[in-house]
Amino acid sequence: MVRVSDTSATDGVLGGLMPDLRPSISSPRGVDRPDGRDEIVDPVIEVDHLDLWYGRKHAVGDVSLSFARKQVTALIGPSGCGKSTLLRCINRMNDLIPGVRVQGAIRVDGANIYDRSIDPVEVRRTIGMVFQKPNPFPKSIYENVAFGARINGYRGNMDELVERALRQAALWDEVKGDLKKSGLALSGGQQQRLCIARTIAVNPDIVLMDEPTSALDPIASQRIEDLIRELAEEFTIVIVTHNLQQAARVSDRTAFMLASEDGVGRLVEYGRTDEFFTNPKDDRTEAYITGRFG
Amino acid sequence: MAAEQPTTAAGRAHLFRPNQVLRGSLGGIFIVLGLASIVLALGMLVYLVLDVVLRGAPWLDWQFLTSFDSRFPARAGILAALAGTGLMMAMTLALALPIGVMAAIYLEEYARESWLKSFIQINISNLAGVPSIIYGLLGLTIFVRQLGLGRSILAGAMTMALLVLPVIVVATQEALRAVPSSIRDASLALGATKSQTIWHHVLPQAVPGILTGNILAASRAIGETAPLVTIGALTFVPFTPQSIMDRFTVLPIQIFNWTSKPQAEFHDLAAAGIVVLLAVLLTMNSIAIVLRQRAGGGRRR
Repeated sequence: MVRVSDTSATDGVLGGLMPDLRPSISSPRGVDRPDGRDEIVDPVIEVDHLDLWYGRKHAVGDVSLSFARKQVTALIGPSGCGKSTLLRCINRMNDLIPGVRVQGAIRVDGANIYDRSIDPVEVRRTIGMVFQKPNPFPKSIYENVAFGARINGYRGNMDELVERALRQAALWDEVKGDLKKSGLALSGGQQQRLCIARTIAVNPDIVLMDEPTSALDPIASQRIEDLIRELAEEFTIVIVTHNLQQAARVSDRTAFMLASEDGVGRLVEYGRTDEFFTNPKDDRTEAYITGRFG
Repeated sequence: MAAEQPTTAAGRAHLFRPNQVLRGSLGGIFIVLGLASIVLALGMLVYLVLDVVLRGAPWLDWQFLTSFDSRFPARAGILAALAGTGLMMAMTLALALPIGVMAAIYLEEYARESWLKSFIQINISNLAGVPSIIYGLLGLTIFVRQLGLGRSILAGAMTMALLVLPVIVVATQEALRAVPSSIRDASLALGATKSQTIWHHVLPQAVPGILTGNILAASRAIGETAPLVTIGALTFVPFTPQSIMDRFTVLPIQIFNWTSKPQAEFHDLAAAGIVVLLAVLLTMNSIAIVLRQRAGGGRRR
């Protein structure tokens, strides 16, 4: 889990810039089993019997699932089903809320991030997060991107890092003329891409996205979706979304969560996105994706 | 079943009593009352300021600002009090600002919710309302006597720092609370520690609010007389303080001293002193406004 960032690893980031090198979207890394269901051979995150309480409220109940490396996994479900809570468990952002209790394990590359020896600060550098509402720092575009690298002791050329991150977030051409401009002066979609640039600038392995397009207009959302597909070359991405079409468009796998009558969010169905939307196994999944509730 | 409800809009019209005339005139009375209150409050203030300025103006000259107090009104000046007030304010803020801001950061960002935190919180608010003479007695007991600082400007500044501390803590806490949590989340999600997040993002955003709180606190302190009289500031000081252990006087004490003399000329001198005090106060407030705008200006451009 704890790893030292070296320059050879950051150099590899440039590979993600070439759109032509992208393999086709419909080849999730998995092995098809005879019964039609597939198995994740190289999981990067394994959620193992996870339960979470906010004070007395049991919010997430006994969730187990794995996320495949360098794929996009979508978490969908109606409001209050625990999907954002689950997402925030993966980089221990829930620790910041008073009264949260977590049971079970989340293993990232085999190491349980809820182990007592693990420092949540280090977890958050290797597992970045993009939030629902664009939240750039009220500083210059350059500083927005450089901050994370600087506090994490980045020793390389900062100008290059900032440019690379902004290029990778498809924002460079729009802002290269004035990197000193405040991040808040950008449009909503640009702000969200700046937040993505900021997140990938610290060289994470995993990027979590919590409804990243819900505050954006359709065109800006589309650009973010394209970006997510490109970033999946480099990073493992978990995205929470309310938008079923978005889940179908960007993800390789989809997990559907639902709160049962007692209010506890549980995993209902999880599988390859193409199968999930065309041939759901569970009645509740079918009802949800056909718009009968939610 | 109630009486039959009319089914058309026109049929239901008689159920309403719009009473436009009464409601309109009530609104008018409300506006007039508000306006009268402003005129009354501002009028008194304008009268007070005009009176002071008219009486003090003839005495306000370079000689007044650069001379020490004297038995003769024509030769009396305000230098010692001005220097005392300036030094006292600088020392008070130098002591109270770091302590107050750090205390507020701890309470707001680190302290867990508990009965102890609530207890401290309530008592900080209470302390802000304690009569200033109590602080004077505290200063006299602890700083002047126990610590043996004597009736020095240092003992005075430490007493004043105690007096303004609650105001600074509360204002800083409010400023910190106003920083959106999304900024904290963004920083923490990049692998910043809590202290890095506070230092790089929360505190800079809270600076305008903290500055305002501090200027308010200083404005309160600059007019305080009682605690300094209690710890034994002098009323007649023919020197400027040369070290922080010197004895001292401040503007309000000097003004009070002059008003309590029998000769009418000294009363006019007091008016001149008030004008100087008001000028110092207004200057400080304007500096605060400029600093705020500069700090806030970096946000959006």
